[in-house]
Amino acid sequence: MAEKINLKIDNIAVNIDEGSTILEAARKINIRIPTLCHHEDLCVAGNCRVCMVEQVDSDRLLPSCAMPVSEGMEILTNSLKVRSARKQVVELLVSEHRADCTRCYKNGKCELQELSSEYIVGENGFIDLVPLKNYSIDNFSPSIIKDDSKCIRCQRCVRTCNQLQNIGALSVAYKGEHMKVSSFYEKPMYEVVCTNCGQCINRCPTGALTEKTYFDEVWSALNSEKKHVVVQTAPAVRIALGEALGMPAGEIVTGKLVSALRRLGFNSVLDTDFTADLTIIEEGNELLQRLKKALVDGDTSVKLPMTTSCSPGWVKFIEHAFPEYLENVSTAKSPQQMFGALAKTFYAKKIGVEPENMVSISVMPCTAKKYEADRPEMRSSGYKDVDYVLTTRELALMIKQAGIDFASLPDDEYDSIMGESSGAAVIFGATGGVMEAALRTAYEVVTGREVPFENLNITPVRGMEDVKEATIKIENVLPEWSFLEGAELKTCVAHGLSNAKKVMEAVKAGTAEYHFIEIMACPGGCLGGGGQPIPTSPAIRKKRSEAIYREDALKPIRKSHENPEVVHIYEEFLKEPLGKKSHELLHTHYTERNRY
Amino acid sequence: MTEVKQLVKGLADQYGRNEECLLPILQGIVTSEQHISEDAMVEVARELNISAAQVYGTATFYSFLHTKPLGKYVIRVCKTITCMMHGKNQIIKELESLLKVNLGETTHDGKFTLMETNCLGQCHKGPAMLINDKPYTDLTPEKVREIVMMYRNKELRSN
Repeated sequence: MAEKINLKIDNIAVNIDEGSTILEAARKINIRIPTLCHHEDLCVAGNCRVCMVEQVDSDRLLPSCAMPVSEGMEILTNSLKVRSARKQVVELLVSEHRADCTRCYKNGKCELQELSSEYIVGENGFIDLVPLKNYSIDNFSPSIIKDDSKCIRCQRCVRTCNQLQNIGALSVAYKGEHMKVSSFYEKPMYEVVCTNCGQCINRCPTGALTEKTYFDEVWSALNSEKKHVVVQTAPAVRIALGEALGMPAGEIVTGKLVSALRRLGFNSVLDTDFTADLTIIEEGNELLQRLKKALVDGDTSVKLPMTTSCSPGWVKFIEHAFPEYLENVSTAKSPQQMFGALAKTFYAKKIGVEPENMVSISVMPCTAKKYEADRPEMRSSGYKDVDYVLTTRELALMIKQAGIDFASLPDDEYDSIMGESSGAAVIFGATGGVMEAALRTAYEVVTGREVPFENLNITPVRGMEDVKEATIKIENVLPEWSFLEGAELKTCVAHGLSNAKKVMEAVKAGTAEYHFIEIMACPGGCLGGGGQPIPTSPAIRKKRSEAIYREDALKPIRKSHENPEVVHIYEEFLKEPLGKKSHELLHTHYTERNRY
Repeated sequence: MTEVKQLVKGLADQYGRNEECLLPILQGIVTSEQHISEDAMVEVARELNISAAQVYGTATFYSFLHTKPLGKYVIRVCKTITCMMHGKNQIIKELESLLKVNLGETTHDGKFTLMETNCLGQCHKGPAMLINDKPYTDLTPEKVREIVMMYRNKELRSN
């Protein structure tokens, strides 16, 4: 056990583990020290100097986020010296920040703005350095806008991209006053290895990194008489949207979400969860087919392990970093794109709307989905399958703009068809969820029995561990699956791209033997996605995860293949999994991309 | 294998493939190529299994690692205070009119690039400048003309 250290902060005694920082000690006794470069998910940087505190009987001010506590230390967090230093630090940061707050997307949600209002940065601070700054605004990506003029160089994004995600699209270039956060050769974000995961956006304290917004386009579609606007909502939106609308983390707001979308004027309010169930049928069958080809037919061209393909951040990552493994990625489209393709074909016909008059919108916890919807492959319906992708944050803003009091909305139900879903679809939003959903279905297809876990809860693949492994023994199979008798299905689940990289490197080195790997680009899975409400932290993600599993447990149907609408769409339209229609609409291919 | 690929691979074989080998490899590229091209950076990233943005970040941090093509002879005039007091501004003016370029530019024939640099440690003999690796001190406009003439003649002879 760690040694305990005794110290005093603002004359209040604190007892805390050795190795803790002054900041942690202060938080323990509910003293708030302002921070900017500090983030719970990232390593210490200590470069913004906002968290300076005074040590009694010492001349120096200490950065509390980086300084470990020591025995007998006496710290002042609100002395005259501290306050004046803090104010100056904020003034200096503001002097190099384009403080065009009223026109900024982050207005009201900017940490620098909050600090400036707290410390009343005067008119007569330092001169405005922005006109002297060599800055560029990169708004070429369909997902991310990078505006250097608002960057305060705290490097949260660089640490996110390099440590948390291990992508390395962003780095620090040049030195001194010329230092800037840059991509390779200062190329636009859409040209480099950026996976559009948006984790940097979730952690940027200012408006330097934001998602590209599409709510204006959506408003004009909603106000157009001729257009029939269809909306789909991703699993992880319903457990996080409330946070952006004044509710605590971990509230399930599915019913209110549907009400709000109807009030905004969407003509059909449908659910991505429906196509999540469909994904399980297609992807599960693809896995079984790959296993059959490899084990029975001895087909050596079949690639195993198979990986999931729902996370567009992961897909773009593997296209850049491990292009030799592209054939291992399931060809099944993500639920968003399956939905888009079906909306403008099957659904349009069903409701008698011409596909050219249909506008297909999705609400996603994700910024990479914006890029995914823009891919040239994603036009299976003959039109752009998903026209506009909104993040959870953008939807929250639209609800506010419409003057809707979200908390007091009554619960409502999704439209049908393409609105019904199982618990297996809901858990797509959490790391391990796709694996669990796939196993619930695949095991039953092969053996005719439910997965041997209490209440269908496959706990080994749940939780926030970096990489989870689970082996499922398959016994007493149905006759047509006799080749799988006694087989051990080895699965692996990773979330966050740094963990994905570890898994893929192990696969490459031949040290890991898996059949099926689930990878989600974001920490915690989609619930921690780059389009989710800000802030994010391990504690917030845990609450969202609990809400997702709660929602799963509440569902009367827990398995994808038992979703009656899924059964119906195969009977009426798709005919069979991996069939001709499925290949046309529900499957895709991948492209090798550059190394930088 | 392309030339640049071979060069980077050779340097990585020589210095190693750990992250701390990045700097010697980049210096090696500058020694043989004058500047580090985009392709070279991507190759370095691939060899060391690090991100290309990180290579770019390191390359742009150091004044003597160039990311843009430079002339055959890179003239760096010391810009720090002692050389300034000794008249480095006249030296730069003289060089600009001799070479017909502004500070930071390269001559049309690709022979000379004119830049400023931080202290060369020749404060007692300022103004000072470097041409590639060779220092020149106690400069006067006349001396600068002679030096440039010498390099031009050297180039003429080599043609």
